Amino acid sequence: MEPLTPRAVSGRPIDELTLERARSGELTLDDIRIHPDTLLHQAAQADRFGNSQLAESLRRGAEMAMLGDEELMRLYEALRPGRSTAAELREIADGLAAQGMPRCAELVSEAADVYARCGLAP
Amino acid sequence: MMDAQRVNLDGFSTENPDLGLMSFSSPHDPEPGIRVRDGVVVEMDGRTVEEFDSIDHFIARHGLDLAVAPEVMAMDERELARLLVDSATPRDEVVRLTSGMTPAKIARVLAGLKPVEMQMAIMKMRVRRTPANQAHVTNRMDDPLLIAADAATAVAFGFRELETTVPVLHDAPAVAMALLIGSQVPAAGALTQCAVEEGLELKLGMRGLVSYAETVSLYGTERVFVDGDDTPWSKAFLVSGYASRGIKMRVSSGAGSEVLMGYAEGKSMGYLEARCVALARAMGAQGVQNGGIDGASVAASVPGGVRELLSENLMVMMRNLESCSGNDTLMSESDMRRTARTLPLFLAGSDFIFSGFGSVPRYDNMFGPSNFNANDLDDYLVLQRDWGVDGGLRSADEQTVLELRRKAAEATRAVYRYLGLADFSDEHLESVVTAEGSKDLAEPDSLAVLHASRVIQESGLTGLDVVRALDECGYPEEAERVLGMLRARVQGDYLQTAAIFDEQMNVLSGVTDPNDYSGPGTGYEMPAERRREIDTVRQQRSVIDLVSEQDRHALPGVLTDAGPASPGDDPREVVIGLSPALAVSLHQTLSGLTVYEVLKELAAGLEEEGCEARLVRVQATIDVGFIGLAAARLAGSGIGIGLQAKGTALIHRRDLAPLMNLELFSVAPLVTREMYRAMGINAGRHAKGSTPDPVRNAYTDEAITARYHTRVVSMVAVERAHSRPDLPPQEVRWNR
Repeated sequence: MEPLTPRAVSGRPIDELTLERARSGELTLDDIRIHPDTLLHQAAQADRFGNSQLAESLRRGAEMAMLGDEELMRLYEALRPGRSTAAELREIADGLAAQGMPRCAELVSEAADVYARCGLAP
Repeated sequence: MMDAQRVNLDGFSTENPDLGLMSFSSPHDPEPGIRVRDGVVVEMDGRTVEEFDSIDHFIARHGLDLAVAPEVMAMDERELARLLVDSATPRDEVVRLTSGMTPAKIARVLAGLKPVEMQMAIMKMRVRRTPANQAHVTNRMDDPLLIAADAATAVAFGFRELETTVPVLHDAPAVAMALLIGSQVPAAGALTQCAVEEGLELKLGMRGLVSYAETVSLYGTERVFVDGDDTPWSKAFLVSGYASRGIKMRVSSGAGSEVLMGYAEGKSMGYLEARCVALARAMGAQGVQNGGIDGASVAASVPGGVRELLSENLMVMMRNLESCSGNDTLMSESDMRRTARTLPLFLAGSDFIFSGFGSVPRYDNMFGPSNFNANDLDDYLVLQRDWGVDGGLRSADEQTVLELRRKAAEATRAVYRYLGLADFSDEHLESVVTAEGSKDLAEPDSLAVLHASRVIQESGLTGLDVVRALDECGYPEEAERVLGMLRARVQGDYLQTAAIFDEQMNVLSGVTDPNDYSGPGTGYEMPAERRREIDTVRQQRSVIDLVSEQDRHALPGVLTDAGPASPGDDPREVVIGLSPALAVSLHQTLSGLTVYEVLKELAAGLEEEGCEARLVRVQATIDVGFIGLAAARLAGSGIGIGLQAKGTALIHRRDLAPLMNLELFSVAPLVTREMYRAMGINAGRHAKGSTPDPVRNAYTDEAITARYHTRVVSMVAVERAHSRPDLPPQEVRWNR
């Protein structure tokens, strides 16, 4: 794989994360957030290391990287036991798929299936 | 006597499979097995897919390499155990085979390993080549300045991950910020964590106030998992959520938690933990903290429990995950037992040998006391040196530590002031610098911490604000280091398995620093510089150090040599033979008395019996018997006293064989002033032919040789350097 000069979610290249810019207040939280492309690059590395599950988690992370903090926490909360019916989880999964987050959608839809089987949904 | 030993304060349980009080092989553990139809697991470890609980489902769907499973599940467990131990079988091959093992299979393989075989396997199977260590840094008051100072101390001693938690949940942001600042004062790159409720912990990460997470707990039964308010799917989502913010994370499990929660389903601890570790791999976590953790003492209460704890770490390594290896709960009141629990892993090495060495006093550890704590640091450093093993830590001298603590506390105070969080007094700061723990602090102000946390939360302060504040307050280097930790999460390289930063911000992970152990002469070797760090404990002394200590007790001019000694003819004369370096280079005996004080007592004893002391230096030998005999042969009475500078003394008579004597004080450190006086009296009585009252040697239960032998060796070396086999005894003038 080509060496990659990572940039933040904001698009700012990593070498612009300098003390001068921090001092001037130029940097924001999006400048210290990892970019989805970087996560995909790390996922490929995890595959080469021989851990396809870590790679898959990093790819799911790449999908989540563009989500806001609140949205991320909301999804996590929905997946906790007894919070969502299977139907609600399927709806969330469809929404994620529509947002171009197929791996997260797959995870949530699998949860809908298993929660229903194991009595983890209300 | 036996009942009074501290080990009897520990609880020991009879095995009880129904309650899960079994280390391995409960009768309720399933037979290992797998059935795959059309690429789907339809049966695993005695359950059909219809009977699966949510943990089974997750493992079956994500955790196993179904191309390998048929091969490895058909293999004999003893054969698999041998491959683990055999250094000629490459690590990669074991990792490949493990990827197809079900939890019951791995549990059964490990049940068949003896402790030393586990050590061999651990040496080969851990992910990262270079071992490391994690510290707990907490205090009862959540005092931010003390957190920062203690973080600096921990990094000075070599810890590469620092974990904190808070007794008051709302204090978390303020404590996390202080930990971040303090951790970067001695060097760059230590990772920091604040263990709190899952959601809050992720938020702290998102804000850049912590750089990794670990308290994402897994359990081996569904009931306990759900009681923990999560499912494998919510946890898997959380794992990816950390990745999405570029934050390293691992999950936590460990034996005993299911037993403590009352839902072990009759399964052994080893089997339930095998489920947790399989789940961790399935979810895509890069590592696992296990080895008992909060339930370590439950595991340790049953037969084979401590061996089970060690096997948990090995399971993680076999699944090619980072092992953060427990040892973080004080599992016994007995020092011997708790040390024995940690030693095997310490010798074999791990990615993190402790998932929380208590770097603070026991009472300040808000996780509860760790298996090793601040007062064990010197022991640990000496253990590293004894075995020549890299346990991840190094010595730090007191002056350096005090300076770093001051800087950490001052920087944190400045940042707090700059950001309008709190103002701490000079008095408070001074007490922090020298505090051993929070009991030594002046005026702790718990409301200030709460207020600081509220401001951090409400104004949404981030790691970038910390960078700016440090820089503005005159700490550009620390600002750069904190910024470096934020840059690291954009870079993403520390998301790989078992990643840490060294102090130059190089990532050491399974990718960049893979364990390459394949038998003797391979694998991790300490670089020379690291070897020196481990060997150089602060207590070590060279001969030169010891001699310079001796010089402080010199009394120049008191004893002067005055030419060759001749035999005396006064029957009341007893000669005291002095060793070659006595009062020349060596002035203090092992008991703490100076040689001058000893001579004074001996002479006074002789005088009490109407005898007179004459001093002669015997330079031809350093042996106290020969010295005493040489003295006796010069004495008018035929009685001599031999005295070495370290304080060993005996009474000799001119007609005895050299290695015989009349009375001997062999344990020099224990000889008192009164005993030397009594020896003088007895020598006088021997001279007069009256009956002596022999002095009993002192006895001790101290590790007497451990305490004194380094000094003995140095003193003997000095005596040897002063000995002159060619010279006859010399008269010594005593200018009292």
